[in-house]
Amino acid sequence: MMRGLPLAFLLIAATVALIVIGTLYPVPAAAAYAGRTGASLLHASSTPEEAVNNLAVDLAHSEWQRAYSSLSNKGEFTEQDFLRDLRGSYPSLRTYATLDTFEVRPLHAGDDEAQVHLILHWSTVVGTFTDTRNLQVLRNGDRWAVAWPLVKEPHVPPQVIPVTYLRWDVIYRGPGDDWGAQDVEAPHVRIVDMHPVERAVGVVVLGELLNEDVIPAYVSVKATLVAKNGSAIATESSFDKISHLLLPKQVTPFRITFPGASLSEVDSIRMDPTSSLISASADPVIEIQNQQLAPAPDASLTGQLVNQSGQIVNIAHVLGTFYDKTGQLVWVGDEYIDRALLPQTPVPFDMPIPQDLARNVSTERAVVATYSPGGFQ
Amino acid sequence: MNRWLTWAVAGLILPVIQPALGQSGDLNLPRTVVAGTALSIPVAGSGQAVLYIAGPSQVIRREVMPGQPLSIAAEELNNAGHYVVALVTQSSTQVGQFDVVPSTQPASLSFLARPSRLPVGLQNSISGAVYVFDVFHNLITTPTAVSFQLSVPAGATQSRTVETRDGAAWTEMDSTPKEGNAKFVAQAGSISTTRVIQEVPGDPCGLKMSAHQVGDKVQLATDPLQDCSGNPVADGTIVTFTESWNGSQTSVDVPLKHGIAEAQVPAHDGANISVATGVVMGNEIHWESRE
Repeated sequence: MMRGLPLAFLLIAATVALIVIGTLYPVPAAAAYAGRTGASLLHASSTPEEAVNNLAVDLAHSEWQRAYSSLSNKGEFTEQDFLRDLRGSYPSLRTYATLDTFEVRPLHAGDDEAQVHLILHWSTVVGTFTDTRNLQVLRNGDRWAVAWPLVKEPHVPPQVIPVTYLRWDVIYRGPGDDWGAQDVEAPHVRIVDMHPVERAVGVVVLGELLNEDVIPAYVSVKATLVAKNGSAIATESSFDKISHLLLPKQVTPFRITFPGASLSEVDSIRMDPTSSLISASADPVIEIQNQQLAPAPDASLTGQLVNQSGQIVNIAHVLGTFYDKTGQLVWVGDEYIDRALLPQTPVPFDMPIPQDLARNVSTERAVVATYSPGGFQ
Repeated sequence: MNRWLTWAVAGLILPVIQPALGQSGDLNLPRTVVAGTALSIPVAGSGQAVLYIAGPSQVIRREVMPGQPLSIAAEELNNAGHYVVALVTQSSTQVGQFDVVPSTQPASLSFLARPSRLPVGLQNSISGAVYVFDVFHNLITTPTAVSFQLSVPAGATQSRTVETRDGAAWTEMDSTPKEGNAKFVAQAGSISTTRVIQEVPGDPCGLKMSAHQVGDKVQLATDPLQDCSGNPVADGTIVTFTESWNGSQTSVDVPLKHGIAEAQVPAHDGANISVATGVVMGNEIHWESRE
């Protein structure tokens, strides 16, 4: 009993010391994440890293004007250009993103010039996306300032683009109709492929869903893991790991995750695809160019999206279906595009593939789900 | 509201009627009365009397003069079901019962036809169920002949006649090989009801594309798409063109327009270009520049 007291005092003293150190000298990214005000985090830009760090803290606190003012090359573009680079010219995921964390990695340092790698992790309602910039940092007297590598978004000139794609509207049964009167039949959909896999996170159900009807369908898939005694272990839905709008004869992959579940406990899986009528348009058509499978390490599917229509697509979601040599489903991946898709303007994407599965991947198929104001109209 | 009121009134008079069933005499009543017909009830005895008639959704109370028959008008007994009658006087209670049965003359049909949309050429895929009602919306439970007819503008008509059982008749029909809006008619007596069944093309058959160079692109176009019965596939159907070249792939999902799907992909010598719609694969083209 008495021998434990010195150890307890030691632990308490160490904890207090660490709290004091953490409060007085916080890690900048962690402090920004914790919501500390920018002023207390800003240091004199006496080193290239500090200059980049100060810029990132300003971005985290949406201090756009101060961030712009700190740049060494601000004479080359306006504050609006800087803002459009970070937030997008058209409404997109970037517009509603907030800077979650950032990483500053020095690459090279000279007397008057340095190269620093800045990785910005932006947070959105559909997850995070990463923006990586290689920054040149220049010395100006006793201070360092960042030369921002502005990425100018392409601009679409004002014009009228005629499109003649189909559109489907739905008129439902009215309140005055007899109970025996017909309503419009829900679209017929079918699961054409399903494959459960065990991952570190739990059981993952992969599959593909076909709209075999002649009208658009709003689709979703639910799955229930059934134990050997017939009881339901868990029910989950595909949530956003699916293209919810399916045009006639279109196929979407889906992925349903059961965190913490184990395949050894599962006797069967009950699949429940649902579909409902939806007013929709066949526009926009998105071409997926130059799809390439990059091998491990850093296995991924890369390519470019080209909006072939006249409509600006605010948010694009790429879903990739990966197969092995026998055509067996191996994985379903996805990637949100953080910038709006402008007509005829390629936008790159890079969809990661789990490293342990990448060596089994032989072929792939990619589809794009698009979202614009007004839903699926 | 009316139903609650009926039950409330019936609840009040039934305690009177139930003990009375075991005493006094019975009323002279017909066993059945057709809904919507008049009824005359002879009333014997002397002094003041009250007649109660309690039935489904309905209670009638009348003060009657003994010795004169009581008339119930044609429009008063509409609801089919079992009715209890009690004639209560100061000295006795007479009871009786009768059934109001539906008229045998159909006046309306409830017609459930499913599905409202289906592919062509499927056997026993369309079901129709009919409930036959009289003019007072009583289900006619006596066997009634119901004829079903399914017809498309350019095709043979399928007909079937089915007798109702417990008021319902049902049948199954095949979808026709020709697409279009089929009229599904159910008829009982002179009453008919129509539903529209949309018969749509099936899966595409013989998907075939052709390619020609336009500048630095390959212009791809399918032949007019048809199903296996020769019906044109619906516009808006998604066709996927995929070009594989040198380890990379380009794909585009395009909707069918005027029966044809068209797309442009980069022109690469040695590229393999394939086409598919849904789970149906089409032909493959090995692209070599014609220059």
